[in-house]
Amino acid sequence: MADSLFEEIVFWVLAATTVGAALLVVHVQSLFRAALLLIVSFLGVAGIFVMANAEFLAVAQVLIYVGGIAVLVIFAVMLTRDVEHSNLGTPVQPVALMLAVVLLGALTYAVVQAEWNLLPDDLPGPLAAVFVETPAQLGRLLVRDYVLAFEIAGAFLLAAVIGALSLVRER
Amino acid sequence: MGGPTGGLEGNAFYRVVYGVVVEDLGWEPWLAYLIAAMVIILIVVNGALALGTLYTWFERRVLGRFQGRLGPNRTGPFGLLQPIADAIKLMFKEDIVPRGADRLVFSLAPVVMLVPTLLVLAVIPFGKGSFLADLNIGVLYIVAVGGITTIAVLMAGYASANKFATFGSMRAVAMVVSYEIPLVMALLGVTLLAASMSVVAIVEAQHLPYLLVAPLGAFVFLTAISAELNRNPFDVLEAESELVAGYLTEYSGMKYGVFMLAEFTNTIVAGAIFAVLFLQGWQGPGLSWLGSQVGFLSFLDTGAVRQIESHAWFLAKVGLFAFVATWVRATLPRLRIDQILALAWKVLFPLSMLNVLVLAVEVIVWPEPSAGELGIMAAINWAVAGAAIFAAARLVSLSTPARGLGPVAAVEAR
Repeated sequence: MADSLFEEIVFWVLAATTVGAALLVVHVQSLFRAALLLIVSFLGVAGIFVMANAEFLAVAQVLIYVGGIAVLVIFAVMLTRDVEHSNLGTPVQPVALMLAVVLLGALTYAVVQAEWNLLPDDLPGPLAAVFVETPAQLGRLLVRDYVLAFEIAGAFLLAAVIGALSLVRER
Repeated sequence: MGGPTGGLEGNAFYRVVYGVVVEDLGWEPWLAYLIAAMVIILIVVNGALALGTLYTWFERRVLGRFQGRLGPNRTGPFGLLQPIADAIKLMFKEDIVPRGADRLVFSLAPVVMLVPTLLVLAVIPFGKGSFLADLNIGVLYIVAVGGITTIAVLMAGYASANKFATFGSMRAVAMVVSYEIPLVMALLGVTLLAASMSVVAIVEAQHLPYLLVAPLGAFVFLTAISAELNRNPFDVLEAESELVAGYLTEYSGMKYGVFMLAEFTNTIVAGAIFAVLFLQGWQGPGLSWLGSQVGFLSFLDTGAVRQIESHAWFLAKVGLFAFVATWVRATLPRLRIDQILALAWKVLFPLSMLNVLVLAVEVIVWPEPSAGELGIMAAINWAVAGAAIFAAARLVSLSTPARGLGPVAAVEAR
């Protein structure tokens, strides 16, 4: 019993942190602080992944979003001139607002409609083993069953890298 | 829903506490878990910080030796109290925050620097059955959590509102992001050999230290980790001849102290990572081995002796890394930022790819290597490592082409 109460508390703390930080990201005026709050939000999501027994996903979240994307965002902020004063009002604000509302509606619909408890609480042996060994299972799926998709993604990324290099190359 | 992949259940200390709290006193099991976890965390965190503090003294003394001078030797025996004197001095210094700085971010940066360092320790086994958590993704966890320190450097650099600090932190990003790739590839080699990402399992899988089995991986890892730690010869982000003190320029007092503590503790933690991944961690011969071999010494072959000597081995290996890191610092001159980036992409990246390729083939050929096969593997890998490093040294030039210094230097030149 103590276990589930503890889990409940941790979940609400994480959820509040995630959503609160995300709200602050759009509210805070300094872009640099917004980028830092985005990191807090990412970390909260990682925590929720841990609570869902998806440790691999949690670590991947930290590795890619915090260690990669957030650093890139901050880098872009640092290299932009007069960034502190250009965060207010753009002509496309109404359009952006409409898109955001549509996205919120779609996501809410998906969350409400989805059937969450697909698996029973006591998993049968082989299925439980999948959850213990997520990285190994993911690896097997990636390089056996879905190897074509995996390689295509790799080729796309390579093309993106080459494209980026050719864009910044000094002539 | 259970806990993560492996909490304290395998921990020797936890089992002792469990025995007392649950079986003798009849209290709840979670209380035993809480007490054991709190005690271990207290010991580990304070131990790591104390070692980091001690390392400031160690490095200054050893550097002094290398440079033919004494180093700090007046405060306490052998100057051992020097770090404490330094800390007291820093605490009483005025705490200056520059005008125009982002006060909150400026003050948070040292904390963000220190916390990931201590978090990494959660998955490190310090001795036989002595660890906080046995994550089945331990290696990935180390990389992910370790990467957060980049954010701290960026926070410090940007919040200072000082161009030297900003340049310093921008260099840090360029460097750390570049070196993360060879670092992860080197760790991939270890993961292949041990067939596991759990750090505890990796230590137990090393019948021969991976430093001997995969020397190329160890070389790439050592080079990349020195870059991640911003140590010589990669300490350009606070190169005093170019950037005053880089991202630390505006820091003073205890905030500076926390940065320094984090930096030195980082080296200790890196030593711990190197010890468990490449030097067999807590494994090593000792009194208990002697006891199991020699009849009349068999009283030495007990669990307690094993515990003590496994921790001693671990600490000795961390100390060895600390010494080598200081040695490198005393020997090599600082590289330029463009040379550093060229080294990462032109030398370490291909070497790490080669390492993974060779190891992958060997793991397919010998899935369960015997002692002899392990020897053959090591021989092949040493030959490959020697040839590859020699070829890289001959073929790759780190000097700058006539045009352009690369993106980071170009931004600085503006």
